[in-house]
Amino acid sequence: MKTLFLRDVALSFRIGGGAGQSLAFFVLAIALLAFGLGGETDLLAQLAPGALWVFALLACLLSLDRLFQADYEDGSLDHILLAPVPLEGAVLAKAAAHWLTTGLPLALGSPVMAIILNLPTEAWPALVASLLIGTPALSLIGAVGAALTVGVRRGGLLLSLLVLPLYIPTLIFGALAVRGAALGQETTGPFLMLIGVTLGCLALTPFAAAAALRANQS
Amino acid sequence: MRLEITNLSCVRGGRRVFEGVVFEAGAGAFAALRGPNGSGKSTLLRAICGLVGSEGGDVRVGEASLRSDREALQEQVVYAGHLDAVKPQMTVEENLDFWRRLYGGGATVAAALERFDLAHIADAPAAYCSAGQKRRLGLARLAVSERPLWLLDEPTVSLDAANVAVFAELVRAHCAAGGIALVATHVDLGRAPDLELQMEPFQPASRDAASADPFLQGEGWT
Repeated sequence: MKTLFLRDVALSFRIGGGAGQSLAFFVLAIALLAFGLGGETDLLAQLAPGALWVFALLACLLSLDRLFQADYEDGSLDHILLAPVPLEGAVLAKAAAHWLTTGLPLALGSPVMAIILNLPTEAWPALVASLLIGTPALSLIGAVGAALTVGVRRGGLLLSLLVLPLYIPTLIFGALAVRGAALGQETTGPFLMLIGVTLGCLALTPFAAAAALRANQS
Repeated sequence: MRLEITNLSCVRGGRRVFEGVVFEAGAGAFAALRGPNGSGKSTLLRAICGLVGSEGGDVRVGEASLRSDREALQEQVVYAGHLDAVKPQMTVEENLDFWRRLYGGGATVAAALERFDLAHIADAPAAYCSAGQKRRLGLARLAVSERPLWLLDEPTVSLDAANVAVFAELVRAHCAAGGIALVATHVDLGRAPDLELQMEPFQPASRDAASADPFLQGEGWT
């Protein structure tokens, strides 16, 4: 598992890897929103919690279609299936590598985006914390979608259609936590729900994705 | 260690690829899988290790059974198919070292690279490799994975004569050490196989089964 995780992380920093691209997309999308709405700073501040979460979610989706597809196309997936690693563990390792190279940079870079969108400074810790807690769920759910669409040519769009509805709970509680913090409200509830969603995904998705990969083989 | 295939059948996309394959090979056997294009050689190799679903019968490798203990069976097998599983972004050595670590083998990467004459390009990105070099890198994986059953699908494609000899020697050493190699190939590997498994393009046993299908008879569709 560790071997697979380290390989995926290393690959994402090589040519054609996705590391940094998601963050760049996130920055550009937020900047476009800011340009599009012009100097309406109050409106931007109101939109910020939801907009930051929606764009973080879309940025996460960008590199998901290669999660298993790249290994499928060059034959590596066959050998990973035969390796003495439980397939669930292999899925977890790949999802973890995906999170480390997309979700984590998004969470750490989000305060800069918060400045652009005029999000009150008191909400920044909540923004970073909610993204840190919520983005692993995005990678894990995405792994199920990627496993289901492996072998489908141009499966990226299908993947988005499968995965985006499943992202709704994370989006709702993540955005709620940030909005609550911006308004100075109590945010324990949304954070607990967000933690619950992520832990639930951690427990269930490796099995679902592994089952999907096995089903694709036959 | 024995390989036993009993009455294995495979249906893909509603079409029967092969049916009732029976085969046995003991330790040290070098077995050739023969048959014309499209006779199901590749599918059989993948079905043996559970990469493709099969129905009926069973495959046993040593104690492990495909039906009841697939994971244990898969841990005895290394498979080499048409794709070399080479990541172009990684160097030749990194590629091979990844597979060695993942398969938990104790063999050294350096020796395998040396054997397939890849040592001088060990630090080059695999993207710069020729087709033959990529194939050799894919085959070097066999040497570092240390599994008793080798399932090889056209392993000598894009190899030159010298490297076919190197590869044949690797297979010979594997079999001499008690391993089994089942190789689908059209070329001579420099030695006669101990066993042959002949695949025929699948023909339905009788045409009655098809003509009994009311949808194919077309009666009443005038």
